[in-house]
Amino acid sequence: MKKEFKVIADLLPNNVRVLDVGCGDGSLMDLIIKEKNIEARGLELIEENVKKCIYKGLSVIEGNAETELHQFPTQSFDFVVLSQTLQAFYNPEKVLKDLLRIGKSVIISIPNFGYWKVRGSLLLFGKMPVTKTLPNTWYNTPNLHMCTIKDLFHFCLEKNIKIDKAIGVNENSTSEIKKNNLEIKNLFSKLGIFLLS
Amino acid sequence: MNNKLENIKKLNISKPLLLDCKQTVKDFPLAYETYGELNKSKDNAILIFHALTGDQFVSGVNPITKKEGWWVTAVGPGKAIDTSKYFVICANVIGGCMGSWGPKEIDKKTNEYYGLNFPVITIRDMVKAQETLLDHLGVQKLLCATGGSMGGMQALQFCATFPNRTFSAVPIACSTSHSAQNIALNELARQAIMADPVWDKGKYLKKNVQPKNGLAVARMVGHISYLSEKGMQEKFGRKLQEKADYEFSFDADFQVESYLRHQGYAFVERFDANSVLYITRAMDYFDLSRQFKGGLTDAFKNQKTKFLVISFSSDWLYTTKENKDTVIALNAAGADVSFAEIKTDKGHDSFLVNEPEFLKTLKGFIDSMHTKFKNEKRI
Repeated sequence: MKKEFKVIADLLPNNVRVLDVGCGDGSLMDLIIKEKNIEARGLELIEENVKKCIYKGLSVIEGNAETELHQFPTQSFDFVVLSQTLQAFYNPEKVLKDLLRIGKSVIISIPNFGYWKVRGSLLLFGKMPVTKTLPNTWYNTPNLHMCTIKDLFHFCLEKNIKIDKAIGVNENSTSEIKKNNLEIKNLFSKLGIFLLS
Repeated sequence: MNNKLENIKKLNISKPLLLDCKQTVKDFPLAYETYGELNKSKDNAILIFHALTGDQFVSGVNPITKKEGWWVTAVGPGKAIDTSKYFVICANVIGGCMGSWGPKEIDKKTNEYYGLNFPVITIRDMVKAQETLLDHLGVQKLLCATGGSMGGMQALQFCATFPNRTFSAVPIACSTSHSAQNIALNELARQAIMADPVWDKGKYLKKNVQPKNGLAVARMVGHISYLSEKGMQEKFGRKLQEKADYEFSFDADFQVESYLRHQGYAFVERFDANSVLYITRAMDYFDLSRQFKGGLTDAFKNQKTKFLVISFSSDWLYTTKENKDTVIALNAAGADVSFAEIKTDKGHDSFLVNEPEFLKTLKGFIDSMHTKFKNEKRI
């Protein structure tokens, strides 16, 4: 199981309602239903993944988060989860606003463009970085708006979005991100996971 | 045809049924068929609702027409809806002509064919009559209620009217109300029938005839709307029907003409013209948000049913957008809903033909729902 999902699952209390935006094949939904008795719904763009969810008995709606979040009523979920997709939207700001409207809390994870290997690759080789968490090359990447943990952190402060918790994830370790360790976490975390409200 | 209909399964519904037109009826027949066996824990019953021109003979061979059941692609042993595992129920809708109470039955009060004296029925009336069948068969809660097109509308209506009688529902290629375009196409079908002089204000049965020409045209309209533009072009193109050149006449030169004529005239052998009038009317009147005055959200509030809405990308009769509107309404009501759009060129007909992606999705959903339903019953 992905470390990321474990961290997200740990952030969720038992018996809540969760919308997983970009739920993929439903792995995270499966996990949180079994471990936390959560009522989970998914939204997924890719037809193949939608079917995988349906076969597992998971509730999933085929659709595009960029254009179809309006169908979910305001504050209709306790949590909305968006795993490593924010950077792929045309308008991440609008999507994030919608997520905060639908959920009482929002959990967002991002691949951190500030990770030292990413920085190093650009600095040393002068080429767009290709890493485990960013496996695509510049011409075929779905990531239109790459950002760093620091970027998202500052964005939330600017937009008055409350950061209830921020976690930096590395290979097997996780650590909390605070204002005073932001620079270092931004350098050494592969992923950032934010709990917002 | 009437004689043969005496050997099929029928339930006499003695409980009074208040129709939407305010008439109350009782002691009327509902013809039905079942496939497979109801298991001991009674968690494997699936109710299938048929579409406009369907009937209760979903699978196997239709004993009346001697043709394959209308949904053999999806229903049967080992199929997506596996009758060796599930108990499948399907009833002929009231207003229909395969043994259920409809305009070609005899009105006991006058001892004549109903014809246009038959009351105008609605989708809700159809569904209420079928609920009585579940009582008769000893099914308290269905595993699934499903159907395509008008069958899907019945599935939605069934869930709205009887929120606790099914664990899951799969409304396929349908909507919560009939669009202007769909009403217009139905009106075209009705006008074709009523313009046939043989129709004689619906009294043709007395003379033992059918308004074949009008009914065939009505069916042709339907068949055009069931295919997609691309599907039709690929199937027929400008191909000629068993000839090398134009005949400079009005015979069926093109294959597509021949196809429509064949479909139209095959239909008159098995269907009653007045039934087309009544059933298309029921479809046109269908509007769940009008029925529930608070709108669609009210129609689906307090739903425990798990829904899977399925649409087909090339369906222009019940578009993906319309199906998505159903999903939005279910979502707004907090219902448990899944949605999948099947990418296909086969148009509205996709649910009836062999469309592997659709059948896999249907099977995957129903099988997973069965596991969940069994677990719920155990608790």
